[in-house]
Amino acid sequence: MKFSDLLTSCRASNDLSPLVQSIPYASFLNLRIDIKGDEFTCILPYDQELIGNPVLPALHGGATGGFLECAGLFYLLWKVDTKTLPKTIDFNIDYLRTGQPRDTYANVVMVKLGRRVANLRIEAWQASPDKPIALGHCNFMLGA
Amino acid sequence: MTETMSPEEEVDQRWQKFAHGFPYSRELGLLPQSVRPDGCVLKLDYQEKLVGDPNTRVLHGGIITALLDAAFGFSIFVKLPELRPMATLDLRIDYLKPATPDKAVLGCAVCCKLTPELAFVRGCAYHESPDDPIATAVGIYMFTDGSSVLRNEDVTR
Repeated sequence: MKFSDLLTSCRASNDLSPLVQSIPYASFLNLRIDIKGDEFTCILPYDQELIGNPVLPALHGGATGGFLECAGLFYLLWKVDTKTLPKTIDFNIDYLRTGQPRDTYANVVMVKLGRRVANLRIEAWQASPDKPIALGHCNFMLGA
Repeated sequence: MTETMSPEEEVDQRWQKFAHGFPYSRELGLLPQSVRPDGCVLKLDYQEKLVGDPNTRVLHGGIITALLDAAFGFSIFVKLPELRPMATLDLRIDYLKPATPDKAVLGCAVCCKLTPELAFVRGCAYHESPDDPIATAVGIYMFTDGSSVLRNEDVTR
C-alpha cells in the first residue's frame, strides 16, 4: 500500500494505528492515538526502557522529546491533507516536571497553519492536563 | 582520572559501564565514543526500528533528540567533580538535513558554562564532521539535588 493511500484510509476511518505501525520509531515507542471528535490525544504507554534516571526514577528527556515530536507529526497527518510526511524544521522543548514512570499523554494546538509551514504547540501531561510535564514548540515543513 | 590510563581506556572502563545505567540510552544502543572535559561524542548505530520515514528510511527526529540529550548529559557529568542528579530544563534542536540511512550518527556536546544550579550546553549531530551537521542544538540542565556539591573554586560565576 502506498503511503498516500494509507494516509487517506487512516483519515477516513479516524484510526491512525496502521500509520503508527508503518513508522518504525512510533511503533518502537508503542504509541497509541485516541481521536474523539475534534479531540486528538497521543499516548506513550509506560515502559521501563523509557527511563533516563533509574534512581528517581524519571522518563528520559529524549523519550519525552521524541514522543512530543511524534505527537505533532501524527496530529498534522490527521489534520492536514498532505501526501507525504511533514519534516521537522526546529523543535523547542521545555521540561516542566519530572516524567513519572506512568503513561504520558500529549495534546496538540495548531498555532498557525501556513501554506508551507505549520507551527504547533504540544503539551505532554500525566496526572492531569493542567499539570504538563513538558511543552514542545515546533515548526514543520509540510509536504506536497 | 588516573595518570596511568590513556583517555581511551578511561572511556572504556568508566563511561561504557556508566552508559548502560540509563535504560533508554541502552535501548537505543548509545555508546560513548569519546568523553573528555572539553567535549563528548556519543555514537548511535543505524537501526531499522528507529526509522521515522519508511519511504526514505531516514531516522526519526526524536532519535536525534535522544542522542543529543544523552550527549549533553555526559558533557556535564565529565565536568563535575562528582556526579549530581539533573534534569533537562530546555532543549532546542534545529534540523538542518536528514540523517543518511545505514550510517551511524554521532552526537557531540560541549558544556560551555556551569553554575551551582544550572549547566549550559551546545552540540550537534553529524555523520563525518561537526562542520556538516544533521542538527544543531542548545540545552539547559538543572541540578535536582538542591544544594551544590561543587566547591566555589570550581565554578566561575
